[in-house]
Parts: sequence; structure tokens; C-alpha cells
Amino acid sequence: MAQNDLDELYGNDLIRDHNRNPRNSAKLNSPDLVADAVNPFCGDEAHFQINLDGQGRVSEVGYEGVGCAICRSAGSMLSEVIKGHTLEGVEEISGLFQDMMFGVEPSEEQAALLGDLTSMTGVRAFPIRIKCALLAWSAIEDRISEHQRRQP
Amino acid sequence: MYDVKKIREDFPILSRKIYEKPLVYLDNAATSQTPRQVIEALVDYYENSNANVHRGVHHLSQEATDLYESARVKVAKFINAREPEEIVWTRNTTESINLVAHTWAQEHIGPGDEIIVTPMEHHSNLVPWQKVAADKGATLRILPLAKDASIDLSDIDEYITPRTKLLAMVHMSNGVGTINPVKELTAKAKKMGATVLVDAAQSAPHMPVDVIDLDCDFLALSGHKMLGPTGIGALYGRRELLEEMDPFLTGGEMVLEVWYDRATWNDLPMKFEAGTPNIADAVGLGAAVDYLQDIGMENIRDHEIQLTRYALEAFKELEEELEMFGPSDAEKRGGILSFHTDAVHPHDLGTFLDRDGIAVRTGHHCTMPLMRSLGVIASARASFYLYNTEEEVDALVDSLKRALRYFTDGAK
Repeated sequence: MAQNDLDELYGNDLIRDHNRNPRNSAKLNSPDLVADAVNPFCGDEAHFQINLDGQGRVSEVGYEGVGCAICRSAGSMLSEVIKGHTLEGVEEISGLFQDMMFGVEPSEEQAALLGDLTSMTGVRAFPIRIKCALLAWSAIEDRISEHQRRQP
Repeated sequence: MYDVKKIREDFPILSRKIYEKPLVYLDNAATSQTPRQVIEALVDYYENSNANVHRGVHHLSQEATDLYESARVKVAKFINAREPEEIVWTRNTTESINLVAHTWAQEHIGPGDEIIVTPMEHHSNLVPWQKVAADKGATLRILPLAKDASIDLSDIDEYITPRTKLLAMVHMSNGVGTINPVKELTAKAKKMGATVLVDAAQSAPHMPVDVIDLDCDFLALSGHKMLGPTGIGALYGRRELLEEMDPFLTGGEMVLEVWYDRATWNDLPMKFEAGTPNIADAVGLGAAVDYLQDIGMENIRDHEIQLTRYALEAFKELEEELEMFGPSDAEKRGGILSFHTDAVHPHDLGTFLDRDGIAVRTGHHCTMPLMRSLGVIASARASFYLYNTEEEVDALVDSLKRALRYFTDGAK
């Protein structure tokens, strides 16, 4: 077995850890924002509840993911890195993450914003699985753009 | 004597390496591989006989027409249709079923009528009937699922009643491998005056299928699951039904005479084949049928029963980790093993197996309601065909064992 490749994908302790112990798994009651996404091809799901503070920054996140290790761990990492950011800031991180998944190496400063998500670079060797890593972000992005349209 | 080694030599792709490992192709329920004989028929058609059919007076057009129509005769004989005019070429099973939904069902399904399907339909034999039922004010009823992922027949007489207008059922489940009692259910439905459609996408490639014996009215199949090319399938319809049905698509080829304001329909089966058809792939499917019949459908079925029995036995080693779906008796199922574990998501299993050169399907297999009924979102599925071997089953089990270890305790 080409173990080295697989280890790039799964051998990463962070991915395994987030998959087994997703962060922010407590569901929020009456959150400010709810974001959900389903991948119709595989049935994987990502569900987020988000609270914002007085300055419009993400203060609390609840996350539940159903699916493969990549999908679940990406969602868990996302739930951590968006805390403290405005919705515009979250969108920026989302853009950085997508760039990274399609081959753009983040700068040191960008890597700091991406946090544990930088461990996802191994997924790039498995093109068919990139969408697993992006599902959680598609949920958040869709919800943010909808939210912003509604703001005066 | 069934010589699997000799059969494998006919399939060029089976000698391929994937990540430097011999390919172990166990995704036959999604699509089958293509033997050299079919590839050669396609090449020969394009190199020597390519022309449009039923049109020209020139030599090539006649030759192409003969090849195209003789492929129809082959498919008709393959499923024991009474005559080749009862075979309509389509793109695939999905299109075959949609043809019936858009023609026959429009005339025959009305408010208060009931359409019955099994709990294990592929989306292609479920969604068209959802739409017909909604459009026509009819009711779609789903037969209950038994514990072993077969149809629970205990209350069957509550379902198949004089209100039943159509029974649409899959012969062999692509999701879990169950072979349904199609003949018995057809007899019940016909007693109530219902029409019966059989989805034979999985059964026709793997076991003898006889439309006269089954006594069904319609039967749908796909070429690419039975060693043929993609993009060609067939609908069998009883002549009386096809005769009275309106056309599906309209245009060239399906007409007899055309005026500016009206047209008359061509004879069967051209009435249902508007436009230039998929001639080459029909010819290719004809070659696939020849190949299958040379080996013999009974022999293929026997090989797959043996292989399935062997695999079910081998999987017992994993019975604590893996939940298996479908009947435990290899005679009651096709060569499709569908399994699930809470420890590892099917996609992660699939990626691990892939790196060992083993191709399996992971996901919902276009049977989302069935997966939900089984209490899972997705499963991993290994599906066999005439060229698979016990050594390949061993490779699958070995890789699965390592995958389970890899994902659960991190050992390599």
C-alpha cells in the first residue's frame, strides 16, 4: 500500500484528532446565524450555529458534522478559526482556505489565520476529496452572503 | 468449464496497475468493464460500416442498418422478447423508465390510482413515479423493508389491490444485492389488472432474464452494466402496449408521413426512436450480448453465486467491525456486498482501498431512501462480475482489515 500518500491524508494527527473529537460540538440555542450544507453526491452534512457579539464578531460556534474524516475534521477546524472574526474576516479566511486547497501556499501571516486548517494540504493529492474539505466552508459562505444581503 | 483466467484476458483494462498495484475492479454495479470483442465491434463499425440508418439507399447505409437492427434482435433474444420490435433503444435504464413515465403513465394513471414500488428502488425507478403521482393526483406506495433488506411480503395483499395501476420494481437491488421475487409479485399485480415494469439494470447483466417467464409488461436495462458501451440501453415493452402508446420524443425517424400541420407515427420500434440513434453503441451492445451468451448467463450466475458465498464467508472475519446488508444466502442475492462500520466513514474506506488498487463504490448508490431505512447515510459496496476471482476477494478483505486498523488505532 502506498502508505506515505495515505499518511499525508490521514496520518496527520490533527485531522484524526478533529475527526474523533470535533470541537465546539455543543449546539447553541437560538443562535444569530445557522448554516447548513449537504453534499448530494455522498450525503455528508455540515451544520453550524453562530453567535455574534456587539461588534459583529463571531463569539460562539456550535458545529455538527456527519460524514468522512476529511469533511468532519475540516468543519471542526473551521469552527475554531472563525472565532473572533467579523463575517468579512470569515469570508477572507474562507478564500485563503480555498486558495490553499487549490495549490496556493499561504504566507506565514495567512497560515496563522488558517490555524489547524493548514494540516489539510495533504488532501490536495486526492483531488476527488477536496470537496469534502470544502463542504463546511460552502455552508458558511452561503449563509454569510445571505445574511449580508439582508443587512441594511 | 468456467475459465476465469481466460475470460480476464479478454478485458485489457484488467491488466492495468493502479498506484503500482494490480487493479481489483469491484465496482461492477456502477459500470462493467469492456471486453476486446466489444471494443473491436465499435472500431470495426467506425472503420468499415459507419453511416446513418434507415435513410440512404447506398451500400453503407444498408450495412449500418443491418448491424444496428441485428443488435436489436440479439437483445430481444437475450431477454426472450417475442419479437425485436418490442425492443426500443434508449440511452440507459433511466431513459427507458422515463419513456414509460412520459407516455404510458400519462394515459393510464389518474386521481386515486396507486403506483407501487419496492423500498430499494434506485432513484431512477422512484423519482419518475413521484412526479407522475404528484402530477396525476395518484398515490405512490412503498412496500415495507424486511430486516435482511428484502421486501417484507407479510402484508403484500394490503398493497397490491384493484387500485394498483402500476407495479414498478427493481429485479436486483444495486444498493444491497437483494434479488426480488419479481415473477410472484408480477403475477399478483396482474391478477389485479395492474401493469408491471421491471428495472433489470442489475439483473440482466448477471443472471438469465426472461420477459415471457416473468410476464412483465415493461423491462429496462443499461448496456454499460453488461459489458457494453455507455450511452446505450433498452426498453422492452409488450407489443400491445407499445402500439397504443403515444411517442416520447418527436422529430425525424419516428414519423411515417409529415405534412406542415400534422404527422403520422412510424411503426414499432422507430415510433420511439426520434433522431439519429446511437448506432455504434447499439452495435457494441450487440457484441456484448454475444459475448455474454457465449459464456452463458447460467454459468455467469453460478460463478457469481460461488464468489459471493466465498466472500460472505471471508467477511465473517470482520463481522464484529462491519455491518453487512442484504440476504445472507448467496442464492437470494446478486454479487453485491454492501457494508458499513461506525468506526470509519465509507469514503475513508474507499480512499484506503483505492491506494491498494481496489475499486469499490462508496456513498448512497443512488438509493438514498434505502440507506436511510437501513439507518446509515452511506455504505461501501463491492460488486462482482464474471471476471472477478477469489484472490480479489482475499485482497479486498485484507485491505479492509488493514483499513480498519489504520483508522481505529492508528497502526499501520
